[in-house]
Amino acid sequence: MKKIVLLGDEAIAQGAIDSGISGVYAYPGTPSTEITEYIQASKTAQERKIHSDWSANEKTAMEAALGMSYAGKRALVCMKHVGLNVAADAFINSAITGVNGGLVVLAADDPSMHSSQNEQDSRFYGKFSLLTVLEPADQQECYDLTRMAFELSEKYRLPVLLRVTTRLAHSRSGVYCQDAQPENSMKLPDDSTQFILLPVFARKRYKSLLEMQPVMEEDAEKMGQNRLIEGGDRSLGIVACGIAYNYYMEIAQQFGLDYPMLKIAHYPVPRKMVRSLADSTETLLILEEGYPVLEEMLAGLLETKYLISGRLSGAVPRDGELNPGIVAAALGLEIRKGMPVPEVVTARPPALCQGCGHIDMYRALNDAIEPYGPGRVFSDIGCYTLGALPPYNAINSCVDMGASVTMAKGASDAGLRPAVAVIGDSTFTHSGMTGLLDAVVEQTPVTIIISDNSTTGMTGGQKSHATSRLYNICKGLGVEEEHLIEIDPLRKHHDENTRIIAAELKYDGVSVIISKRECIQTALRRKKSAAK
Amino acid sequence: MKTDIILSGVGGQGILSIAAVIGMAAIDSDLYVKQAEVHGMSQRGGAVQSHLRISDQPVYSDLIPAGSCDMILSVEPMESLRYVPFLARDGWLVTNSKPFINIDNYPDEKYLFDEIRKIGNNVLIDADHIASEAGSKKVSNIVVLGAASSFLGLRYEALEASIKAIFARKGEDIIRLNLNALKAGQEAAAAQRLV
Ligand SMILES: Cc1ncc(C[n+]2csc(CCOP(=O)(O)OP(=O)(O)O)c2C)c(N)n1
Ligand code: SF4
Repeated sequence: MKKIVLLGDEAIAQGAIDSGISGVYAYPGTPSTEITEYIQASKTAQERKIHSDWSANEKTAMEAALGMSYAGKRALVCMKHVGLNVAADAFINSAITGVNGGLVVLAADDPSMHSSQNEQDSRFYGKFSLLTVLEPADQQECYDLTRMAFELSEKYRLPVLLRVTTRLAHSRSGVYCQDAQPENSMKLPDDSTQFILLPVFARKRYKSLLEMQPVMEEDAEKMGQNRLIEGGDRSLGIVACGIAYNYYMEIAQQFGLDYPMLKIAHYPVPRKMVRSLADSTETLLILEEGYPVLEEMLAGLLETKYLISGRLSGAVPRDGELNPGIVAAALGLEIRKGMPVPEVVTARPPALCQGCGHIDMYRALNDAIEPYGPGRVFSDIGCYTLGALPPYNAINSCVDMGASVTMAKGASDAGLRPAVAVIGDSTFTHSGMTGLLDAVVEQTPVTIIISDNSTTGMTGGQKSHATSRLYNICKGLGVEEEHLIEIDPLRKHHDENTRIIAAELKYDGVSVIISKRECIQTALRRKKSAAK
Repeated sequence: MKTDIILSGVGGQGILSIAAVIGMAAIDSDLYVKQAEVHGMSQRGGAVQSHLRISDQPVYSDLIPAGSCDMILSVEPMESLRYVPFLARDGWLVTNSKPFINIDNYPDEKYLFDEIRKIGNNVLIDADHIASEAGSKKVSNIVVLGAASSFLGLRYEALEASIKAIFARKGEDIIRLNLNALKAGQEAAAAQRLV
C-alpha cells in the first residue's frame, strides 16, 4: 500500500471515489472546493463517468444527490458551511425521507472566517436534522471516515453529515488508501412512499428517524472512532473533538501531559463515554473547533455536579479557530513567544487583479452615482466584493449569495432612489434570479449590474452556469429589452458606460446592465491549457 | 529530526511549488509531513503563507506553534518579517530581497533589510536576479529553496529528485532550469554565509 500526499479535501474525494460513488454534486465554496475539483481531475472518476459537473447552488446539488440516492446509487454533496443554509430545506427533509443509495453530505466550516461571512458550526445541523455526524481529525481520518460514512448511510438508510474545518481541508499529509469498491447498480426504493413527504407518510418516517437515534448513539460508543485514552493525572479530563485533538496532542507531547482523554470523531455524543471520563476526573476541558456545541450540551442550562470548561467558561476564546498556543493557554501553560512583528511591516490586503473588469465597472458606477451621494449600492459575494475597499469604496453591503438584488428591492420599496445591486454572474445564477423575478413582478425601481466575468472567480475560476445565458435569462424573467443593456467594461468606454448607467439610475422600473469581460486569471488559464 | 518551516510570499509567487518539492522530498525520505495552506480570499495579491512540518515522528498539529519555527522561507522580504512571531530564537530566516510592491505604502527596503539582519541566522539574496541568470525570473522561488536547502534537514539529492518528479510533465528544459535555480540558490547562500 502506497502512501499518497493529499489535502484533507482530496482525501475525502479519494475516499468517496473508493466508496463507489456515482456522482458528486457541489457548488464551489472555500474550503470545500478542492473535493469536487479532485474528482473532476481524477482519471478513475473520468473512466467511471462519475458525475462531477458543478451545480447552480447548494440546494440544487443536495436535491440532485438525493435523486441519485433514490435511484440506488451512492452520491456525495459538498459545500462550505454557509452553503448548508442554502441547502437546509432539502437537507433537513432528506433526514425524513431517508436514502436508498448511500448519501454523504460534506460541510466545510471556516472558523476565523478566512474566506467567509461567519463561522457557523455545521455540527448544529447534525443535531437539528438528527443525523450522524463524523468529524475527522487528520487526513487519514478524512479518507477513512468518508468510507465509513457511506457504510453508515446505507446501514441506517439515512444521510450522514461529514464535517471538516479550514485547517484540515487545506492541509496535506500522507494517506493510505484501501481497495476501491464497485458502484451500486440502479435500484428503486423498496417502499414506494418513502420519498413522499405527505404528512401521513412523513409522520411515519419521522418516527422511524427517532427510533434510529439510540442505534446511532450505540454505534458512536462502539465503532471505535470515539476513543477513551488512559492518563495518570486525573485532575483534568480532556474532551477533544475533530482537529482539536491534534493541537492537544502537540501540547501534551511538548509538556509531557498525562491527562485522560476522550477523542471524539463520531456524533451523536457518546454519553456513556463522556460520563465515564467525567466520573473519573475532577474537571472536564472541552476542546472543539467552532462553536461550543458539545460544551453547551454537557454543561446544559442548569448547574451540574460536573465542572466543565471550554469556550463558554472562558478557558478557550469564544470565537476564532484553535491553535496550539490557545490550547496551551487553556491548560494553564505558556508556549514560547517569538519576536513581535517589526513595525515596518504593513498590511497587504487582497485586491482586485490589475486589469480586472470589475474595476472598470466600479469606476463607471462611481462616476454615475456620484450626484446622489453614498450609501445606495447593495452588493454580493465574489471578487467584486473587494470593491468595498479603497480606492473604490463602491459598495455598501455583502450579506449572502443573491442578497444584493433583494436588498436593493427592499430599500427601493422603502423609498431609496436610486437603489443599485452589483452581483457577479455565478452569484446571480446561484440565487439572484429569483430576486430579480420579485422586482420584475412589481416593477420595482432598481438598477441591477451583473458584473459578468464568465467564471466563478473568487473560488479559483470554476465554470459559471451564467456564461452566455445571462441576457436570455433576464429577458425570460421579464426585464424589458430597452432596459436590458450589455456594456464592455474597458477604460476606453468609460464615458459611454458612465452615461448608460446614469441613464438607467433615473429609470423608474427594473434595469439590468450586464457588464461583460472575462476574468483575466481564467482567460490566462484557458489560454495555457489551449496551448498544451 | 524535526523541521518546522513557514513559507511566505504574495499570492501567485509560487510558494506552494516550494512546499510541494519539500513535501515530496520528505515523504520519499520516509519522514512524516504536514503542510497547511490557506486558499481563497488571501490569493488576490494578498499575503500568503503555508506551514510545513517534517519530522521522523508523527506530526500532530497542522499549525506550527508560535516561537518554535525552525525556518521562515520567503520569496518576498516584507512577507518574511510578517511571521517572525513564529520563529524560534535560533531559527533561520531565508528570503528573497526583491520586494513585490502592490500597495501604496510599501516601506523603504532599507528598513526591511535592517530588520531582517537583526535575525542572527539570516540569508538575504536577490533571488529574482539569480533566477534570471540561471535562465528565467520565474524560478526565483526555487532559488530561495536552494538557498535554504542546507538547513532543511533533507538531503540535497532528495530535493533534486523531487524537482525531477514534480516537473516531469513539463519536459527536460524546465527540469534543468529548476535544477540550475536550486544550485544557484544554494551557492548564493553559501557565499553569503562565508562573508
Ligand atoms: C452559499 C454560498 N456558497 C458559496 C460561497 C462561496 N463563494 C463566494 S463568492 C463565490 C463565487 C462568486 O462568483 P461570481 O459571482 O461569478 O463573482 P466573481 O468572484 O467571479 O467576481 C463563491 C462560490 C458563499 N460565500 N456562499
Ligand atoms: S480573479 Fe478574475 S475576477 Fe477576480 S480579481 Fe482577478 S481578474 Fe478579477
